[in-house]
Amino acid sequence: MFVSINWIKDYVDLDGLDIKKLIESFTLATAEVEDIIEKGADVQNVVVGEILSIENHPNSKKLHLLKVDAGEKICNIVCGAPNVAVGQKVALALAGGRVCGGEIKIATVAGYESEGMCCSEKELGLSDDNSGIMELDPSLKNGTNIKDIFPVDDIIFEVDNKSLTNRPDLWGHYGIAREFAALAGRELKPLEMGDLSYDGDEKVDVKIGREDLVYRYSCIKMDNITKNKSPLDMRIRLYYCGMRGINLLADVTNYIMLEIGQPTHAFAGSAIENIVVTTPKEKIKFKTLDGVERDIDEETLMICNGDTPVGIAGIMGGLESEIEDDTGSVVLESANFDGVSIRKSSSRLGHRTDASARYEKMLDPELTMAAVGRFVKLVKDIDSGAKVASKITDEYVRKYPEISLSFDKKYVDRYTGIDISEEQIEKTLTALGFAVDYNNGGYTVKVPSWRATKDVTIKADIIEEITRIYGYDNFEITTTNSPLKPVPNDYARMEDNEIKDMLVKKYGFHEVHSYVWCDGRKFKKLGIEVEDNVKVLNIENSENGVLRNSMLPTLLCMAQENKDFADKYGIFEIGRVVDGVKADGTSNERKHLGVVLYDKSGNEKALYLRAVEIINCLIGTIKQKKAGYNKIAPEHNWQHPKNTAEILIDGKKVGVLCAMHPANRAKLDKTACAVCFEIDMNDFSSLDANAIKFREPSTQQSTWYDLSLVLCENTKYSDLAACWEALDLGELESVKVIDTYEKDGIKSITIRLVFASMERTLEMEEVQGWIDSILANLGNIGVTLRA
Amino acid sequence: MFEKPAELKKLFEEKISGVAATAEVEQLRIEFLGKKGSVAALMQELRNVPNDQKKEAGQAINEAKQFIEGAIAEKLEEIRKLEEQKMIDAAESYDESMPTDADLGSYHPITLVSRDVENIFLSMGFAVEDYSEITDDYNCFEALNIPKHHPARDMQDTYYLSTGQLLKTHTSAAQNTILRKYAKNLENGNPIRAIFPGRCFRNEKIDACHENTFFQMEGIMVDKDISISNLIYFMKTMLSEVFQKDITVRLRPGFFPFVEPGFELDIQCTICKGAGCPSCKDSGWLELCPCGMIHPNVLTAAGIDPEKYTGFAFGLGMTRLAMMTYGVKDIRVFNSGSLKSLSQFDEKPFTRPEK
Repeated sequence: MFVSINWIKDYVDLDGLDIKKLIESFTLATAEVEDIIEKGADVQNVVVGEILSIENHPNSKKLHLLKVDAGEKICNIVCGAPNVAVGQKVALALAGGRVCGGEIKIATVAGYESEGMCCSEKELGLSDDNSGIMELDPSLKNGTNIKDIFPVDDIIFEVDNKSLTNRPDLWGHYGIAREFAALAGRELKPLEMGDLSYDGDEKVDVKIGREDLVYRYSCIKMDNITKNKSPLDMRIRLYYCGMRGINLLADVTNYIMLEIGQPTHAFAGSAIENIVVTTPKEKIKFKTLDGVERDIDEETLMICNGDTPVGIAGIMGGLESEIEDDTGSVVLESANFDGVSIRKSSSRLGHRTDASARYEKMLDPELTMAAVGRFVKLVKDIDSGAKVASKITDEYVRKYPEISLSFDKKYVDRYTGIDISEEQIEKTLTALGFAVDYNNGGYTVKVPSWRATKDVTIKADIIEEITRIYGYDNFEITTTNSPLKPVPNDYARMEDNEIKDMLVKKYGFHEVHSYVWCDGRKFKKLGIEVEDNVKVLNIENSENGVLRNSMLPTLLCMAQENKDFADKYGIFEIGRVVDGVKADGTSNERKHLGVVLYDKSGNEKALYLRAVEIINCLIGTIKQKKAGYNKIAPEHNWQHPKNTAEILIDGKKVGVLCAMHPANRAKLDKTACAVCFEIDMNDFSSLDANAIKFREPSTQQSTWYDLSLVLCENTKYSDLAACWEALDLGELESVKVIDTYEKDGIKSITIRLVFASMERTLEMEEVQGWIDSILANLGNIGVTLRA
Repeated sequence: MFEKPAELKKLFEEKISGVAATAEVEQLRIEFLGKKGSVAALMQELRNVPNDQKKEAGQAINEAKQFIEGAIAEKLEEIRKLEEQKMIDAAESYDESMPTDADLGSYHPITLVSRDVENIFLSMGFAVEDYSEITDDYNCFEALNIPKHHPARDMQDTYYLSTGQLLKTHTSAAQNTILRKYAKNLENGNPIRAIFPGRCFRNEKIDACHENTFFQMEGIMVDKDISISNLIYFMKTMLSEVFQKDITVRLRPGFFPFVEPGFELDIQCTICKGAGCPSCKDSGWLELCPCGMIHPNVLTAAGIDPEKYTGFAFGLGMTRLAMMTYGVKDIRVFNSGSLKSLSQFDEKPFTRPEK
């Protein structure tokens, strides 16, 4: 919103104050000022001139050669305006002056010298009227500076609308002036109201059909209005504040809105007989005064003349009842509608106006009569013949409750942490319009109507009023008195961090972030099915609405997209997935670690075993436990039928490891392959960790024994290990795989068993005894020594 | 006079002077000092020396032996040194400037800034809390004093789910849960101090400055007599730690339904130091985090008596902080998964003060 300092000065004397500083303190105490614009700086040395003579320009059909009396001298001016006339008073920019962002120089125009320029309103930055040069009041003295006649100079500042969301009282200059008055410690002048007295019997009949959507509806009729253009100083204010002059009545309603924040609507007097405020029984079409035909539904509040809609309440009037330039009679509506209803209607219509933006904020219903009073005052000031032509109609359907708040100085001290004097408290609140009653050390304050629609409701709100005017920059700041307490460890978070550290530092993997929903288009590229799950209802691209139930598809897509990054890389993310819905119908959100290993060269086995190594390392390091694996049938279409395994800790499933189905793998990149695993971090962190168990190393000579074994087709290493683990040999220090070998379909493996005793050097015979037992167990599962 | 030892010495000297290899020295050692060597032969001859000269002759032989032994050791040492020198001369001078294959992994920038900030808060006695990405209307709005018809609840801002839940639009959604969790402790004299970093979602069109998925961090502190003065002190101290330099802050009124009074906290632009530059749009200030005194209704909703306890809450835009910290201009980098961008964040996760 644009605010004019000239306008503020109508209500607060700002003489002797540093305006820039005041605006800065407004930012700190009230709402953020985004920009300060100095108007009139670009208009220099523009004076009243009188056209003495006009000659046609010999070389141009459009141009005229003028002699203009600029007071001190007569100037030769070449002018292209269509509306020049002898005796006309014009705004003349003299050489050396400025308009339109440039300096005026003596120049030759089509062969004739011009010593200045006759200006239009637009050229002076006063409106967007560029139809011709300004025609000034004939009584003005030649040579008078234009700035002595019109309020060309002004300081306009733009307030961030967002920071006014909760302050309905600041949507007009008067409310802002109140803040300035409080900040500057000066008095706020009252608004001048017009005389509403009327002797006749005429009264506009108003019926409220939807009392739930209307707070107040005031209206009055005026007639005998003969002027149709508003004075320039009013139009300058409108223009400086971002609006456009239209005609007298439209300008006055806009002016009132910018002045006190209350939107009003002027209906052509002839178009209104009796007003009904209600919602339509069925959907209708309605043409608003911007010429657009709009669809109106049954929930949109309408202003009707009898049965005929003439305006969308609080949003925009209708084309039919629009004020024409020659309207002599007017019905002024000044109403207060339900803010939520207006916001929803304007959002359904896709049409937000200056009026609806204000109603949304929940305006003070007390304003409607102020707007009526201002309307009559302004119209009569401009057009002295205009008359009030009806009694006032004022349907005050609903009132906001009066709010009274009680607190004491101790409460203020406790909340602020500083000592703000009682005098200051009272002065601030009074300046802001609160009625303050001080009794027995306690305050009772009555919240003014313009702050009582939603803004100030509890005593903590009063704290804000006191402190913002006191100034946060003036606060003495201190630390709290709270006792110091140790912070308990959050092991889940520590485990997440440990995993990230290991993957980044030990394995050189890259952490990424991906979206919580599936990207259908990307999944398709890899042939990954989007599986049914909880959906986002209102996502822009409907392909992406399903939440992911696994980290891996999104990560596989990312891995594939990075194929030009390197030949080999790993990526990971700890993020959230949704594993369907729980029994209570809510989403089963889980925290998962997802890891993808990618290799352009396509050695899938090596990559798979590398993944196993990483999982073993993560589980071994963090939990001091051994990972177990169990091949399972694929859970998703893109997993490898043979190489998908659950990851187990203490026999409990914590995750899944898999290679890609050949069909999906083929879509990665020529020979490339990817292997991935996922761990449910909620399950993972719920498992206990073993402590490190220290074992004194044996000081005795150890003995090793190599076995070269021939395996059966499906023998796994874990089957072999079971054969010696079953014997529970205290002296078996370690087992290591020396070599694996496969030829003609026969798999063999060489393992080294290391034995040592704590007390003595082992005898060959006892070691042989153990080896025999191990071989016997191996024999039971069909594993034999290689010949 | 028994001349032979002296002759032997002379002979040995002649021989060893031409020797350059360890093997030849060994040969000489055998020839002179071996069991059948020259010195041993001289000892045999000692028998033939007259008795009165025996002692002197024996000494001479011994002396010759010692001389030879010493000379051999010396020669060996000399050869070893020569050989070492040869190895040194022949050695390659390695090129440390060759590029190395570091194979470094990388953290997501959000992880780096989060760890930084979390550590600061941990050092100040704050617990780091985890909260879900999916929550409900109650936690996200109702418990935060956001009225039923507040625009924030409209479809255009919030992602609603088929379960009737929603994706949290701000980390404040965790306030109720966390306040509840610690409300009991409060009665026992333990202040509530907690931060909760998390991912938030807003239904927004994505461009260089807007993301629908981004990170925030919320912090709260509740105790008896927590004041606005404490809030300002705390924010200044905390932000000075985050940026590792003395930060000037200013507070402006800001409206958030869950705080009263509510503030927008600006920091003096760290680039131009308040003079005005493109980064701060010439204002000298950067809007950094919303904060305020926790609204009495929010405390009440969590079972905390607002007449007994007060507190403050603040929010930090972690994605924005990461952009400021690393000079990332396009917010889309964070969720792009592009390793050409993300692999650059391989530094140690702590920020050092600017010199």
